[in-house]
Amino acid sequence: MRKDMKLLYQFGVIMTVTFLGEVLHAVLPLPVPASIYGLLIMLFCLCAKVIKLNQVKLAADFLIDIMPPMFIPSAVGLITVWADLKEIVVPVMMIIVITTIFVMICTGKVSQGIIDYRREKEVERKDERVF
Amino acid sequence: MKEFFSESLYFGLTISIGAYGLGLLARKKLKWGFLNPLLLAIVAVIVVLNVLDVDYATYNESAKYLSYLLTPATVCLAVPLYQQMELLKQNFWAVFWGITAGVLSSLGSVFGLAYLFGLSHEQYVTLLPKSITTAIGIGVSEELGGISTITVAVIIVTGVLGNIIGEYICKMFGIREPIAVGLSLGTASHAVGTAKALELGEVQGAMSSLSIAVSGLMTVIGASVFATFL
Repeated sequence: MRKDMKLLYQFGVIMTVTFLGEVLHAVLPLPVPASIYGLLIMLFCLCAKVIKLNQVKLAADFLIDIMPPMFIPSAVGLITVWADLKEIVVPVMMIIVITTIFVMICTGKVSQGIIDYRREKEVERKDERVF
Repeated sequence: MKEFFSESLYFGLTISIGAYGLGLLARKKLKWGFLNPLLLAIVAVIVVLNVLDVDYATYNESAKYLSYLLTPATVCLAVPLYQQMELLKQNFWAVFWGITAGVLSSLGSVFGLAYLFGLSHEQYVTLLPKSITTAIGIGVSEELGGISTITVAVIIVTGVLGNIIGEYICKMFGIREPIAVGLSLGTASHAVGTAKALELGEVQGAMSSLSIAVSGLMTVIGASVFATFL
């Protein structure tokens, strides 16, 4: 297959999964968006080998690569809510900054701690075998 | 001239991609690690819109196609996640408790600070889903009686902030393990933080992608409990 056709095919697979995510979002009464359903369907299909990695990899890598600028339009949209946000902007900004840093530290420290703990135990086990 | 910009089908899209490109170029040329291309692009677009006197609705008429790709791009996050499946299985509990700690600390700290600042219930629940992905966050905010437009703004600011400071916060607090760094970024600042995690490495990107889904779903349940506190 020509490379461009391969990309089109892969893009088609991704769009199909996205559409299925949209269908689930419409049918199921859970507060889960189409994107998360789609992510779970894609992960399931990859694990079950219904979709092979080389059937989506090229197009998926491209879409993930260009992801950061996709947030620009909604971030620029901040200017439309500025009027409502103005009066509470100081406490809101403080809450955003403090909680974001706090969440990062808690998440990172807990998972790092568990990983370190497991590693230590593994080393101990190896030591016991030596003695 | 103004009519031209209002009628143009490609103007918004062009300046968005162009501004991001300039941001990347500036980071490379100035060798200024903490210069964030995303933040630079957002500011640049806002300035251009103000200078040319183009309103947001006109800009978004063409820029919306960029946002449109966000859903399929999020679906694609399953690919790096699948490639790190073995690592995920080996570290299941570190991942699970890491994200749980993140979700609880997010809800808990928003509650604590909202109480401290004397926010109303409406303002409090508007902020509760601040660390999760927009599509879930809007639903949570509406469900609990918050103002969803403000929630979107708060989620975006949280994401951009996480994208900018994540790497440095992790370094500063000795979070070195790639798995832990990825979980930190994804749990604190959803998909925008994940964009940064993907730049840092494959493991970081995969773990951050996973955090978007897991922390989002945990927050749906957790926020409904925390909403009753204030």
